[in-house]
Amino acid sequence: MATNVEVAHATATASLAPRLTLVEEVLKFARTKPLGAGGGLIILGMMVVAALAGTLAPYDAYQADYALQFARPSAEHWFGTDEFGRDLMSRIMYGARIALFVGFTASFIGCTIGGLLGVTSAYVGGRLDLLLERLMDILLAFPQLILALAIASILGPAVQNVVIAIAIPIIPRAARVVRATALSVKENVYVEAVSALGAPQARIVLRHIVPNVVAPYIILLTAQLGGAILAEAALSYLGLGAAEPTPSWGLMLSGSALSYAEKAPWIPIFPGIAISLGVFGFNLFGDSLRDALDPKLRGR
Amino acid sequence: MRTYILKRLLLMVPTLLGAATLVFLIMRVIPGDVALLIFGGDQAGHIDPKQLAAMRQRLGLDDPLLVQYATWLWGVLRLDFGTSLWTGQPVIEELLIRLPLSLQLALLATMVSVIIAIPLGMLAAVRQDTWVDYVVRVISIGGLAIPGFWVGILTILTLVIFFGWGPPLEFTPPWVDPWANLSMMIWPVLTVGYRFSAVTTRMTRSTVLEVLREDYIRTAWAKGLRERAVVIRHALKNAMLPVITLIGTEFAFLIGGLVVTETVFTLNGIGRFVVDAVAHRDYPVVQALVFLIATGFVVINLLVDLTYAWFDPRIRYR
Repeated sequence: MATNVEVAHATATASLAPRLTLVEEVLKFARTKPLGAGGGLIILGMMVVAALAGTLAPYDAYQADYALQFARPSAEHWFGTDEFGRDLMSRIMYGARIALFVGFTASFIGCTIGGLLGVTSAYVGGRLDLLLERLMDILLAFPQLILALAIASILGPAVQNVVIAIAIPIIPRAARVVRATALSVKENVYVEAVSALGAPQARIVLRHIVPNVVAPYIILLTAQLGGAILAEAALSYLGLGAAEPTPSWGLMLSGSALSYAEKAPWIPIFPGIAISLGVFGFNLFGDSLRDALDPKLRGR
Repeated sequence: MRTYILKRLLLMVPTLLGAATLVFLIMRVIPGDVALLIFGGDQAGHIDPKQLAAMRQRLGLDDPLLVQYATWLWGVLRLDFGTSLWTGQPVIEELLIRLPLSLQLALLATMVSVIIAIPLGMLAAVRQDTWVDYVVRVISIGGLAIPGFWVGILTILTLVIFFGWGPPLEFTPPWVDPWANLSMMIWPVLTVGYRFSAVTTRMTRSTVLEVLREDYIRTAWAKGLRERAVVIRHALKNAMLPVITLIGTEFAFLIGGLVVTETVFTLNGIGRFVVDAVAHRDYPVVQALVFLIATGFVVINLLVDLTYAWFDPRIRYR
């Protein structure tokens, strides 16, 4: 992925600015976009916790301990325990895995399928374009969460089903954006030139059109990540996402959490902070990345 | 303008037809037998096969798929969406009972969000890249990051622990007792409105930023106008256009907000109706609601586009 960005970047600025190494790019991003860098740090922290949950978590996330129901936050259990006596901190750490998995796979699948449809639609044009556009219109007629809700209700509660339910509403949105970019790229003189030189169609699409839609694709992907994590939490909260005993953040807030809340307010508080912080990080990062990659906004 | 409206209305037909078809197909993919579910599902013990067959026939499930499809479309045209499997009432009646609450919640939340968002977004744009801008951006990005249902849970928690408040059980329409109505609605309205305002703030900020770079703004500055006059009289007025669109298109966002917020606050509105119907596997209701929400969404988008044309004299639709 990183190399594609560099290609797109290089084609745009090759003769204008000295080429920066990846490290220099990152440092420049951190300097000019402090909020974005902060978001990046949050994401990085979340990834580390998710990757090392096995060693970092002080307790088993699934192990119930009925002697320790509703334990207050203490030195042994920093975030307290839930109604089954499970350690909340450990569950939140394992929950980062689910949030990241659903977030990344759902937005990757949605944006990639949408992006491919968008490029095809723009390049082939004609009847296929018209057909795909109408199809996307139909999908866009459904509010995101409602469509996800309907799909999740059919597939039943499970993590991989949530991914599908969240990915499908992303497809038409990604297709729209990528199609628009691909259409304008297609009109460039250099595309006309390579096609006049007799380059095969596959080469034109892969070498000359796709690299130029990579920037909007990446912007889209990061923009959808936070939303996907939030959608997973909402679906799990509504009982349509991950099923017990999966340590999903949204699930930890559902059902019994509120009825025990008066007795044990830490049960709904900590998972909510985890969701908010994670989504906040992705949104901050995505926002700044858009500013940095979008030529229209550059220099502002 | 008239041809444009006509064209848009005609384009709505295939979209809505497609939406109706998609909803129909989704509901047919569902595993399990609706008739069986009515008798209590697989766990209900022995069920008389004759009764089951009779129920299937009554629901029209033994008709060929094409006939079922035609029946559904014909029903949609007559606003007849069948009856709820759970209550036996016509879906449309069940819907109308719950509509006032959701409409009130949606309207008030939109108002709250606009009151918060427009001054904040404008301030952030005018003071771009200062601490004011950073604070506003962090608040608005934060508003998007915090799940609506969690804000709801925390609100209820605070009210219960510190004020001994209990969520009221029955909806009082504002025309019956405005005070009782308001005391029930204020918390959900603030919960949805705050989240909604995050989107609007960001939009206001970026459109004001764009407008501030226009030539006529430079002219206004050059004339020696004071900042307040430039920003409010010249910039804000023109920046409002995309914000109006947003308030419309974010209807989807609002519906999502209603679904979770009504569930948290146990309000008997459309949003919770969807969730309950899904949970009870009340498929006719799910099918009808999803379709009607899609229709509302398409209609609102059209209205927004028309407002857009109305407000901006430069836009000429063919």
